[in-house]
Amino acid sequence: MVINCKHVWNYISEYLDGTLPDETRDTVQKHLDHCEICSAILDSTRNVIILVADDRIFELPVGFSERLHARIDLEFMRMAP
Amino acid sequence: MPQVSTRTESEMIAAVIAGEIHLYHELIRPYERSVYVMALSYMKNEADAEDVVQEAFIRAFRKLSSFRGESKFSTWLISITINEARTRLRRQALVRMEPLDQLPDQDKSVSPALLRDWREIPSEAVERQEVRNLIQRVVEQLPNIYRQVFLLRDVEELTTSETAETLNISIPSVKVRLHRARMMLQKQLAPQLRTVNQTSKRRWLPWS
Repeated sequence: MVINCKHVWNYISEYLDGTLPDETRDTVQKHLDHCEICSAILDSTRNVIILVADDRIFELPVGFSERLHARIDLEFMRMAP
Repeated sequence: MPQVSTRTESEMIAAVIAGEIHLYHELIRPYERSVYVMALSYMKNEADAEDVVQEAFIRAFRKLSSFRGESKFSTWLISITINEARTRLRRQALVRMEPLDQLPDQDKSVSPALLRDWREIPSEAVERQEVRNLIQRVVEQLPNIYRQVFLLRDVEELTTSETAETLNISIPSVKVRLHRARMMLQKQLAPQLRTVNQTSKRRWLPWS
């Protein structure tokens, strides 16, 4: 089975997760082997996911943890008899 | 030296329910960040997100005895957080601006940005504030239903079925939404990150 670029794009996410059925995976792989554009899309998607998922992107505000635990302590105090 | 607990999570939960409430601090510590990221994705500003996190952890404490261990503790906490955030948004009447949950999944597919050559952006790029701001902005602009799935799967690393359970949607929906989210991020970020990378190199030259 030969597929075009647009079909390959639909499979990129599952390809990255390794959840494509073997046959589909092989077909996509064959296409990627000779298509510069789709390979670049795949690589950039993988790269972008890694960058966005980096812990440093969504940093906790300064003092976040202290305020949270102080709030919890306040709740404990309110419960106390 | 700080006390390191050797108790498992479920033992700690049982102990808190049994009255050792101070252990709750330790129990939730590993999840502060996940809960915050989820709250931030709904509230879109730090102060509101922090309020939601505090309320969510208080709520979770109050109903801890109803945690049955059928799902992971993290998933349970995130569900509570999402509920808390939704309640607050409804109260703020922001709901009108964007439907909170339902959007047709059957719309057109998302086309990626076409790049012939892609040079890997190293993870050190994230150390730069402008790169972090760019990424945050793009993630924030994703439609809610895609952003939630993306954050749970790719940032919090929940499995597909845990994500489905947390958001109360089907597994195929998780896959479709994750795919669209990733494609949207690639489309928005790949071209911009490439430029960011180039400008930064130029700036390092001594004569510029």
